Amino acid sequence: MKKLKIFRKSVNLTVLAIPGLIWFIVFCYLPMIGIIFAFKSFQISGSFFESLLNSPWVGLDNFKFIFSGNDAAVMIRNTLGYNLIGIVLSTVLPITFAILLSELTNKFMSKFYQTLMFFPYFLSWVIVSYFVLAFLHPSLGLVNHVITSLGGQPIDFYSSTKQWPFLLVFLSCWKNMGYNIVMYLAAIIGIDRTYYEAAALDGATKLQQVFKITLPCLKQLIIVLVLLSLGTIFCSDFGLFYQVPMNSGALYDVTQTVDTYVYRTFKVVGDIGMSTAASTLQSVVGMIVMVSANFVISKIDKESALF
Amino acid sequence: MKKKRAYNYLEIKPATNVFFNILFIFLSLLAIIPFIFVIIISFTSDESIQKIGYSFFPTKFSLSAYQYMLTNGSAIMKSFSVSVFITIVGTIVGLVVTAMYAYVLSRKTYPYRKFFTMAAVIPMLFTGGMVATYLVVVKFCGMGDSLNALIWPAAISSLNIFILKSFFITSVPDALIESAKIDGAGEWKIFFSIVIPISTPGIATIALFLTLGYWNNWFNAMLYINNQDLVPLQYFLIKIENNINALQQLSGQSAAVMKALRETPSSAIQMVVVIISVLPIACTYPFFQRYFVGGLSLGAVKE
Repeated sequence: MKKLKIFRKSVNLTVLAIPGLIWFIVFCYLPMIGIIFAFKSFQISGSFFESLLNSPWVGLDNFKFIFSGNDAAVMIRNTLGYNLIGIVLSTVLPITFAILLSELTNKFMSKFYQTLMFFPYFLSWVIVSYFVLAFLHPSLGLVNHVITSLGGQPIDFYSSTKQWPFLLVFLSCWKNMGYNIVMYLAAIIGIDRTYYEAAALDGATKLQQVFKITLPCLKQLIIVLVLLSLGTIFCSDFGLFYQVPMNSGALYDVTQTVDTYVYRTFKVVGDIGMSTAASTLQSVVGMIVMVSANFVISKIDKESALF
Repeated sequence: MKKKRAYNYLEIKPATNVFFNILFIFLSLLAIIPFIFVIIISFTSDESIQKIGYSFFPTKFSLSAYQYMLTNGSAIMKSFSVSVFITIVGTIVGLVVTAMYAYVLSRKTYPYRKFFTMAAVIPMLFTGGMVATYLVVVKFCGMGDSLNALIWPAAISSLNIFILKSFFITSVPDALIESAKIDGAGEWKIFFSIVIPISTPGIATIALFLTLGYWNNWFNAMLYINNQDLVPLQYFLIKIENNINALQQLSGQSAAVMKALRETPSSAIQMVVVIISVLPIACTYPFFQRYFVGGLSLGAVKE
């Protein structure tokens, strides 16, 4: 009776939340049920639920199949490798640049640089893939034009795996640099100026101020951001690894990540069971890593924990 | 004298300052030069591209790509209008649903707050994955190959909800809601005529996230759209890229392929399409960039 009363009193607010709840049920919770496909051999038969019920169980066969070939090793190596390098670079470089920016004597120029460097962040990977094409196009691209005019042999970039690891790391840094710099810069500007004044009075050099004041003040933010990116270490930026190399088959060895594997197995091979199995693994491992990262964050700094 | 010394220690040396400026001029150029390059290519004549490839210094400039766009660009214009449509409708739909949900979560006295919070937190940790989502959208919702598939799946994100929720908590005082209640205002009236008007900065931030997300979204189109008439600009770019790659591998093999190759937009025209899809962002982002950093505070998810 009391419950009913509470319900009726709050019904107006509940109605406001219902559209969102329906959205979550349809687009988030129903797909979670779809994970069952990872343990079934998918057979299309009528509606979503009919297919789900009527497809025969195959146990862990889909998972075994993924790990039977070389595929799993390559995609896990690439996903983890690119992410780890990315975490290091996207921490060290933006912090360095943010500190340098904060030291510029002309504040207007500092803002101007920030704005220009922020630009790539707002572009999609499709656009970036055209930028890359303009430079690396096998016959028309600027890079090959320069190489041939210097007397070298043109490189067929879209079928040569040598350059791509560097290129992918570079592009990922390039696109997010502006955002990361501005984020760290905001934290640097938030540091109490009197620390620096006191240090300067005591004769601390700029470099000493950076290592004894700025970096210690940023420590917490850095730890939290690194842990957060560790939480998504099994996810990759699909556009970077699929669209920028133009989905080139010759490059799979260096561009295949878990996300591109899931997409290709689904859209090209059409194997729903294996594709779901791969994304389920990614989801489960991702959740474990994320929850552990959050646990560590909450130990270090309760305020910064995600939940 | 002492003051002067302190001042010196607080500022970097002029020479260092010059060096830093040079470094940042280099980094800034690095960020925008590819776009400038694309603009130059779009003004390059076809002969120049055939002769020396893409270059910062073409032998001949030409407006032909833009003229072609004006006369034969109906497919591109159609894609442009699809992009504009899904961006506007998607932003409105997403904003309304996000704001209502976030407001409910922000009300500390609401009895089912925990439940609705959990409902939004779980999808951040665990997802059904791309294939299961695809099957739900296409088989369960029947949205395959329709604008609905471009609008609905991208409308809500838990992160947007939590950012807006923490904005509501900090900018709408409880006392305001209480006093409105005493004056006899219902929950919906409080939300639409008090909370929304005083929360415009927070709502504008979410609207920006959604607008940029819809404008730049190509993945959903790649996944769900086959119909030529429903191709948004970003996916249109992928399609012409693929066509040219496919055709170039076959070139010289048959008359039909050569004809098709001639009819696909030339390099300069592709770059015009790139410019059309970048220009709206390039012109406006200096004004809204600060929202992208200010709005994302860590810990926004928590109670």
